[in-house]
Amino acid sequence: MSHTDDPLAPPAAASDGGMLLTVRGLSKSFGDNQVLRSIDLEVRRGEVVVLIGPSGSGKTTVLRSLNGLETPDGGTIAFAGATQVDFSRPLSKADRFALRDRSAMVFQHHNLFPHRTVIQNVTEGPVRVQRMPKAQAEAEAEALLDRVGLLEKRDAYPFELSGGQQQRVGIVRALALKPELLLFDEPTSALDPELVGEVLSVIKELADEGWTMVVVTHELSFARQAADEVLFMDAGVVVERGAPGQIFTKPKHERTRRFLDRILRPLDGAD
Amino acid sequence: MSGWQLFLDSFWPIVVGGVSGTVPLALASFVIGLALALGVALLRLARNRVLSGIARFYVSVIRGTPLLVQLFVIFYGLPSLGLTIDPWPSAIIAFSLNVGGYAAEIIRAAILSVPKGQWEAGYTIGMSHATTLRRVILPQAARVSVPPLSNTFISLVKDTSLASLILVTELFRVAQQIAAFSQEFMLLYLEAALVYWIFCLALSSGQSVIEKRLDRYVAH
Repeated sequence: MSHTDDPLAPPAAASDGGMLLTVRGLSKSFGDNQVLRSIDLEVRRGEVVVLIGPSGSGKTTVLRSLNGLETPDGGTIAFAGATQVDFSRPLSKADRFALRDRSAMVFQHHNLFPHRTVIQNVTEGPVRVQRMPKAQAEAEAEALLDRVGLLEKRDAYPFELSGGQQQRVGIVRALALKPELLLFDEPTSALDPELVGEVLSVIKELADEGWTMVVVTHELSFARQAADEVLFMDAGVVVERGAPGQIFTKPKHERTRRFLDRILRPLDGAD
Repeated sequence: MSGWQLFLDSFWPIVVGGVSGTVPLALASFVIGLALALGVALLRLARNRVLSGIARFYVSVIRGTPLLVQLFVIFYGLPSLGLTIDPWPSAIIAFSLNVGGYAAEIIRAAILSVPKGQWEAGYTIGMSHATTLRRVILPQAARVSVPPLSNTFISLVKDTSLASLILVTELFRVAQQIAAFSQEFMLLYLEAALVYWIFCLALSSGQSVIEKRLDRYVAH
């Protein structure tokens, strides 16, 4: 029983503050390059965790591992309940399906299915994977599209949409699966600057509705407003973690300070 | 009998030879060949080295030997091993195997041309590898592969004339028989060429209809 009729609201009891995700000692190397060095991460239900850090710091790899799109060499990912994946053993298909059952990813380049209309993109997962009756899946998809202002694009193909609209459909496609955890991989990095706002405001709204999410982003203003916890990663380790107020105003580590300086005052250090 | 009269009188039998011989031979071989090609393409892409090696070997043999030789091996060669196959099935086997080899490479390239993010989008909504392949990747690969596959089909229609050499009654064999009877070789062979050309023109327009239909979801 949902506590609200708002289609953007998360599944019932999803934001009760209990522990949802526990990651321990996540490690991964590509050849000699160690991209993750024993990452720990905890996410409570209803919490918004934002990963920031320079490119190559490993933040996207952490996010993709949560969804079974990368295979770490070691460590564990545990979701509340039965899902527990230990990467020191070979990953089974069942492990991957279990991870994907708990979370859904919004990609940097939306990755919408170009050969399917907006509504088909959104209902594909519910109908084909979750075996929801088509009429119900379409009704739910329409409610979600309406909520993000895209109902009129119901029958459009992705190429007919602007970048911001495509990304909002990407978000709706993830929402339609009603995952317990939403994963955002630099959702605005590929967008023209004037389109960033419309996508961030949808994500912010989801955060306010109580969705649990892990967001990789360079948008520090978003992190400041929406995050419960910010993790700063560099060279495969979590250098520092804390409330956004603390990280952004009183960073404890020199590396964090330098990164924030570079992003907030990009011209200061230039020759 | 005037040349013009011979042309008119032989036109219909040649077209009938095409419709009852060339067309079913090409269609059957293409459908079987495509199914084979999809399987071979997927084997080529398999992680298992043995499987992809077998597929690679098959493609190499088919592309590295003449179609006429493949046809003769099956029809005239196999009987010496005690395996005699009638002309029609021999032709369909040879042409299917041939299409399978060429189309496999086209399909493999088309599958590889679909961005990796499309696989991941399928996975993240919970689809298996097989479902993602079927629902996400192959429809997009199909669009890419229509022009080269149409090319393969048009080549196949013309290559079926080789079946006349293993006694299959198709377009060219009908023309040959009339030519032998009337001794009007130039006229009959040009007429056969004309009928092949008409068939292939029809196929080309069919190709653009399919392309247009599959192009409805890409920006122009």
